Amino acid sequence: MSNRLSPVFTQVGRIILGKEQQIRLTVACMLARGHLLIEDLPGMGKTTLAHALARTLGLDFQRIQFTSDLLPADILGVSVFDRDSSSFKFHPGPVFSQVILADEVNRATPKAQSALLEAMEEHQVTTEGATRPLPEPFFVIATQNPSHQVGTFPLPESQLDRFLMRIHLGYPDAAAERALLESRERRDMISDLTPVIATPDLLDLQSQVREVFTAPALLDYVQALIRYTRQSSDFVNGLSPRAGLAVLNAARAWAFMDDRDEIVPEDVQAVLPSVAGHRLYPVTGYPSLGSGQLAERLIADVPIP
Amino acid sequence: MTVRDLSLANLSAILISLAMVIAPHAVHLPAWIPALVAVVLLARFYLGWRHRRLPNKFLLIVVALAGVAGIALSYRTLYGRDVGVAMLTVMMALKVMEMTRPRDTMVVVLLAYFLVVTNFFYSQSIPTALYMLLVVWVITATMIGLQYRAGKPRLRAVLRHAAMMILQGVPIMLALFLLFPRVQGPLWGLPQINYSAKSGLSDSMSPGDVSSLSLSDDVAFRALFENQPEKPAQLYWRGPVLWNYDGRTWRAGMNLTAAGSKAENLGAPLRYTITMESHDRYWLFAVDVPMIAPQGAYITTDYQLLSRRIVRERLRYDMQSSPLYRIGIDESPGTLRFARRLPPEASPRARALVAQWRAQGGSDRDIVTRALTMFREQRFLYTLEPPKLDADPVDQFLFETRSGFCEHYASAFTFLMRAADIPARVVTGYLGGEANPVDGYIIVRQSDAHAWSEVWLPGEGWVRVDPTAAVSPLRIERGLAAAVPETERPLLARNRFDWLKEARYAWDAVGNTWNQWVLGYNPDRQTRFLAQFGLAEVTWQNMVIILIAVSILIILALSLSLLFRINAQRPDPVQRAYLAYCAAMAKRGATRKPSEGPRDFAARVSMQFPEVRETAHKVSELYVSLRYGKEGGCDKLQELRDAVRTLR
Repeated sequence: MSNRLSPVFTQVGRIILGKEQQIRLTVACMLARGHLLIEDLPGMGKTTLAHALARTLGLDFQRIQFTSDLLPADILGVSVFDRDSSSFKFHPGPVFSQVILADEVNRATPKAQSALLEAMEEHQVTTEGATRPLPEPFFVIATQNPSHQVGTFPLPESQLDRFLMRIHLGYPDAAAERALLESRERRDMISDLTPVIATPDLLDLQSQVREVFTAPALLDYVQALIRYTRQSSDFVNGLSPRAGLAVLNAARAWAFMDDRDEIVPEDVQAVLPSVAGHRLYPVTGYPSLGSGQLAERLIADVPIP
Repeated sequence: MTVRDLSLANLSAILISLAMVIAPHAVHLPAWIPALVAVVLLARFYLGWRHRRLPNKFLLIVVALAGVAGIALSYRTLYGRDVGVAMLTVMMALKVMEMTRPRDTMVVVLLAYFLVVTNFFYSQSIPTALYMLLVVWVITATMIGLQYRAGKPRLRAVLRHAAMMILQGVPIMLALFLLFPRVQGPLWGLPQINYSAKSGLSDSMSPGDVSSLSLSDDVAFRALFENQPEKPAQLYWRGPVLWNYDGRTWRAGMNLTAAGSKAENLGAPLRYTITMESHDRYWLFAVDVPMIAPQGAYITTDYQLLSRRIVRERLRYDMQSSPLYRIGIDESPGTLRFARRLPPEASPRARALVAQWRAQGGSDRDIVTRALTMFREQRFLYTLEPPKLDADPVDQFLFETRSGFCEHYASAFTFLMRAADIPARVVTGYLGGEANPVDGYIIVRQSDAHAWSEVWLPGEGWVRVDPTAAVSPLRIERGLAAAVPETERPLLARNRFDWLKEARYAWDAVGNTWNQWVLGYNPDRQTRFLAQFGLAEVTWQNMVIILIAVSILIILALSLSLLFRINAQRPDPVQRAYLAYCAAMAKRGATRKPSEGPRDFAARVSMQFPEVRETAHKVSELYVSLRYGKEGGCDKLQELRDAVRTLR
């Protein structure tokens, strides 16, 4: 397996320097058929990551810049009267792509946000009475500025829940940053990228991920984690059943990338901060950039049964 | 499954099982069959080992036909138990040559179970049963081994598994044994072999007959008394009564009809139960004289106890005897005349001696006393190895050799009495017996065989006179062992084998229990056993219903206990082994955090202790695959345990 994916890591790793863990999580998220939310300051390489990944995987890529005046039709597409055929013709919006970068998703109004999020959930778009399936694979990478920035509509908890993972990119370390500054324009590098994996193969990998075995002992562990969040006084709410499923899906992808047929607790621990971080709220305040640390504490506190 | 697919280990297991189950048959099969079986099994092993092709069908058919022909030639029949066993053995050996599919291996295994049963046609002793248990264990392990399609099971795990399965079968076995409706007689209803070879008393007595018996340690019968008699060595066990003398041999000869009158009992009766070994004769033994006859038997006019059927299997009967008795006061003149007959020309010197005694006058009683005095005061010798007597045994014994065993004295004494016109007869049977301190049974062996006389005195009836007692009082008081020199005694009667004797007592008690409860578990025993549970008078239909109910209960109980054991496995064996590993590591200084995954921990341990790096990774891999992986397996668990053990 990993020999099919390792060129992906190498190639994307050449563009996004020093962020191996984030790249792996991104790929895991895609393999698990989830969607990814990247939360970071502007200019940290969110767009570059999405673009590089799409090119490397040979998927068609659309970027939607979310703004406060964005309308759902701008995302989903619109029917226009065609004079030649005397009928309305549907012009698909940017959402009909395999990889979508929803940039600064929290700048748009909730109405526009929910249009995208529903498409993410359903893998299909219903407009004007017709239902149109979205292409496969369908992978949304949404980026979000830290919510305290001016002019944002923070995603409600229920919407956050639709993202399998939320990651932060963070500043590169000095060496990576130096290499970045020395090398050429990222945009040119990305346009030079060639696909290293065929789409049918990618779909095949996705279906293989679902076959990764989950032992009763592991379910015990996941349940112990969930129970802890529900009983502990550190969190406003416990993890939902959907969050539990999300943890397992992500852990399956992680184990699969590690060439294993079974999930081990380490897989859960590896994905938990990203999967549970945006679903957990400390009682003391609103989720901040460091809310992944909450998940780290959760891991440390729950013994593996 | 091709030859290649049957692993060498499984093949060897099958062949060993077969060899083990066939081995006991080697004793009674014609020599060529065990030889053929050995060749075939070894050849099959070679073929499997070298991955060669199996011989083709035609060759097998030819060999099989030749085998049948050989059996027909050896036994001169194709019918019967021995032929059946021989046939089964040969065909089964040939079957291993066509084991090509899993189904064939299972057929062989099941046939092996069947062959186990055939061994009980020939022996039902404890050693046989134990050996067959071992064989069943090995066959079961073989069968379990065959079920592993992937991976090599560990021998120990498979053997333990098989033992567990057998143990789980024990309650059902007991229920079937105890509750299955019994039929009278041996279960197989098969003819037994070697009738004539059994040692024991016969219905004739020549000089040397009894003394040759005295060397046999075979058990004649065992008796369990309600009240243990004070001196078991002085119990006279009445057997065949001999009337006819032809100058050398005493024979039975009376018309053996049921007695009209009962013996007159003068003392407290003895109550006891006898378990008699089969001897292929009609007579049963009882303490002199029997008062009642058990079912299927009767008491004759000369107070023998006779069965109506030949005793061809171990027999158990309740008896009541009177040690103090009076019999035959009003014996018919015809019988008395019969008891005075002698061949006219036999033993003239003895007749002369008696004539001399008669001339001196005195009652019949005085003559008896005179004869006994002669044995006591003149130099008569009691020995197990008397000189051979040729022409006229009585004269030769009385006047020349003067040394003999009980039959010589009984014979000579009876002759003397008849010569003096006193009705007399020879009674054979057993004297004494040893009490087994372990289970309280009195064991009477062939070496306790004895012969004595009975004379008829007016007003007293038939009176027992044991001339041996006059010669060697020790024989009567303390048994044979005390009466003859140590070198002449049977091996086990010698003093320096005391420890052996103890062991023999214990073994005899075990064997007796086996006989009583396992082999002798007949309808009678079953009824009595069930009566203890308030199930008196159960019909066989009800017995079957109880049997089914009990079996279902047992299976239910077993299943439930298994279920609970599965649920109660916390921590399970895998987890236990891993925790032991963590403890071992903690001792070294690397404590696993509760939230640390096995792989992370292994990585940390190998950083900290490079010397255990490999083991740590192995343990972690095994643990992960056992606990989180799709397939477990006994052998992996064992491997994990072994790996953990090296760290301790």
